[in-house]
Amino acid sequence: MAALIETNDLSITFGGHTAVDSVTLTVPEKHFKSIIGPNGAGKTTFFNLLSGQLTPTKGKIYYRGKDITAFSPTKRTRAGIGRSFQITNVFPNLTVLENVRLAVQSQAGVRYQMLFHYKKYRQFEKKAMEWLSLVLLDDKRDSLAANLAHGEKRKLEIAMLLALETEVLLLDEPTAGMSLEEVPVILEVIKRIKMQGDRTIILIEHKMDMILDLSDSVMVLFNGRLLADGTPEEIMKNETVQSAYLGGLYE
Amino acid sequence: MKWLRTNKGTTLFWIVAAFLFLLPFVYESRNLMILLTQIFIFSVFAMSYDLLLGFTGIVSFGHAMFFGIGAYSIGIFMKRFEPTMLNFLLALLATLALTALVSFLVGLLTLRLKSHFYAMLTLSLSGLFLVAAEKWRSLTHGNDGFTFRVPEQFIDRTDYYLICLLIIAAVFMMLKRFTNSPLGRVLQAIRENEQRTESLGFHVLHYKIAASIVSGVLAGIAGILYAMSLRFVNTSVFSMDITLDALLMTIIGGVGTLYGAMIGAGLIEFAHDWLTGLAKEHWIFERWIIFFGIIYILVVMFFPKGIVGTLRTITWKRKKQQAVKKKEKLAG
Repeated sequence: MAALIETNDLSITFGGHTAVDSVTLTVPEKHFKSIIGPNGAGKTTFFNLLSGQLTPTKGKIYYRGKDITAFSPTKRTRAGIGRSFQITNVFPNLTVLENVRLAVQSQAGVRYQMLFHYKKYRQFEKKAMEWLSLVLLDDKRDSLAANLAHGEKRKLEIAMLLALETEVLLLDEPTAGMSLEEVPVILEVIKRIKMQGDRTIILIEHKMDMILDLSDSVMVLFNGRLLADGTPEEIMKNETVQSAYLGGLYE
Repeated sequence: MKWLRTNKGTTLFWIVAAFLFLLPFVYESRNLMILLTQIFIFSVFAMSYDLLLGFTGIVSFGHAMFFGIGAYSIGIFMKRFEPTMLNFLLALLATLALTALVSFLVGLLTLRLKSHFYAMLTLSLSGLFLVAAEKWRSLTHGNDGFTFRVPEQFIDRTDYYLICLLIIAAVFMMLKRFTNSPLGRVLQAIRENEQRTESLGFHVLHYKIAASIVSGVLAGIAGILYAMSLRFVNTSVFSMDITLDALLMTIIGGVGTLYGAMIGAGLIEFAHDWLTGLAKEHWIFERWIIFFGIIYILVVMFFPKGIVGTLRTITWKRKKQQAVKKKEKLAG
């Protein structure tokens, strides 16, 4: 299997605090990897390093063998690494369809066209509708994003990410802050994406029981360090992981 | 018919424009003509400002600098050289080049400076232009300004009125197309959420610069029209008041809508004219700016979306109610 994303000795320090400490990992193509770890373990920081929001103090990131450590978020998105955010991050006063349509437009490379009406690009809307129906949000196309329920916003967020058609999807706690009823829907969406089988997915999740059967491999972060990396079964059996993270649950 | 229904605003615009076009032929009033010309000019200016404030979400307090560049370019060209059509075109070219250059540089600064820092910076930049216009007496005659003659094509008030009407219609159509183009849509995304736009793979800075240039050039054109309608230019074209006028017009009319900018310009100019007219009745109306202040506060408190924005919300709600009723009927 060819490695799609590789990090080498990746670290970032804020003041005296090392949030991510020499993490080295490889993610093969079409792989589903979950990152788990307690609060403050550096999961989101690690994501920010992968997606380019933060620049590492040490170490390198490779994408398809190419060094992308110095790439800006925009450049990384265009190269093929798309991410969703833990906090809901959509365009509040635009319609749901328009939110996704913008992502489709970006993917199609129509960036500086200023002479034609946007409706001329009707295929963008059609494509956007397809993504919306994939995340089960097609009946909300004309609502403003600000008026959506929290769970729907998360789904919209995922639709926008999918529309970029990036090879890699970085999903930062897609179920964060959701009511229990909404969680299965999101999982259903993630399952559908996985079933399409053409993406590499890296997922941060707290509710680990839900993602165990989805993941090809699980990696555990603790205090910024890579504690363990392996198949879900290995992780479940791993004693250090149990004491560090699962402690209370499996005693 | 379907086109009419989906493009109500545009239809209304053309009806009003046609009415205004016929007006000078049926009703002759020099004062009204001049007032309307003024409104057209400030509509163009307010729309250019709205492109920044309402569509891209850039708060600039220095929009007067582009207005002033336009006004001074035409004034200086007409004063120094013969007031011919050729020189007018040269002045226009000079304005386009200067405003494009300045707005490009100012737009570049949005990379580093966000929101109020940017506002302060543009404020001081336009202050710089104001000081330059005051001190460069050999060229600008300082504070007193100077009068100049305009090409003969622009002398007749009615003709000038019609020219301004044509220009506002052209600018409106152009901006409508611009804001509805794929690029314009990205501008609105930037207004909503800059960081998200970035992570969708758009180069935010390029878009901000594009908006800045289009807006600056249009403001320059408004400046030319303004100076030509007065045939006089002084440092007041660089003053804060001009920027504040644009701000007031867009906010009262409704940010993020081109109609709003035009309605706002109309209201403010009419109110201005009316209030100064009342000055004969009572001295307080000499200080009409006080009333503007009060109106402004009331609008921000009660209609934060402005006139057009509020109307839109109302019709949108009504539509939604109708849709719900329809559904109920079907179900029942």
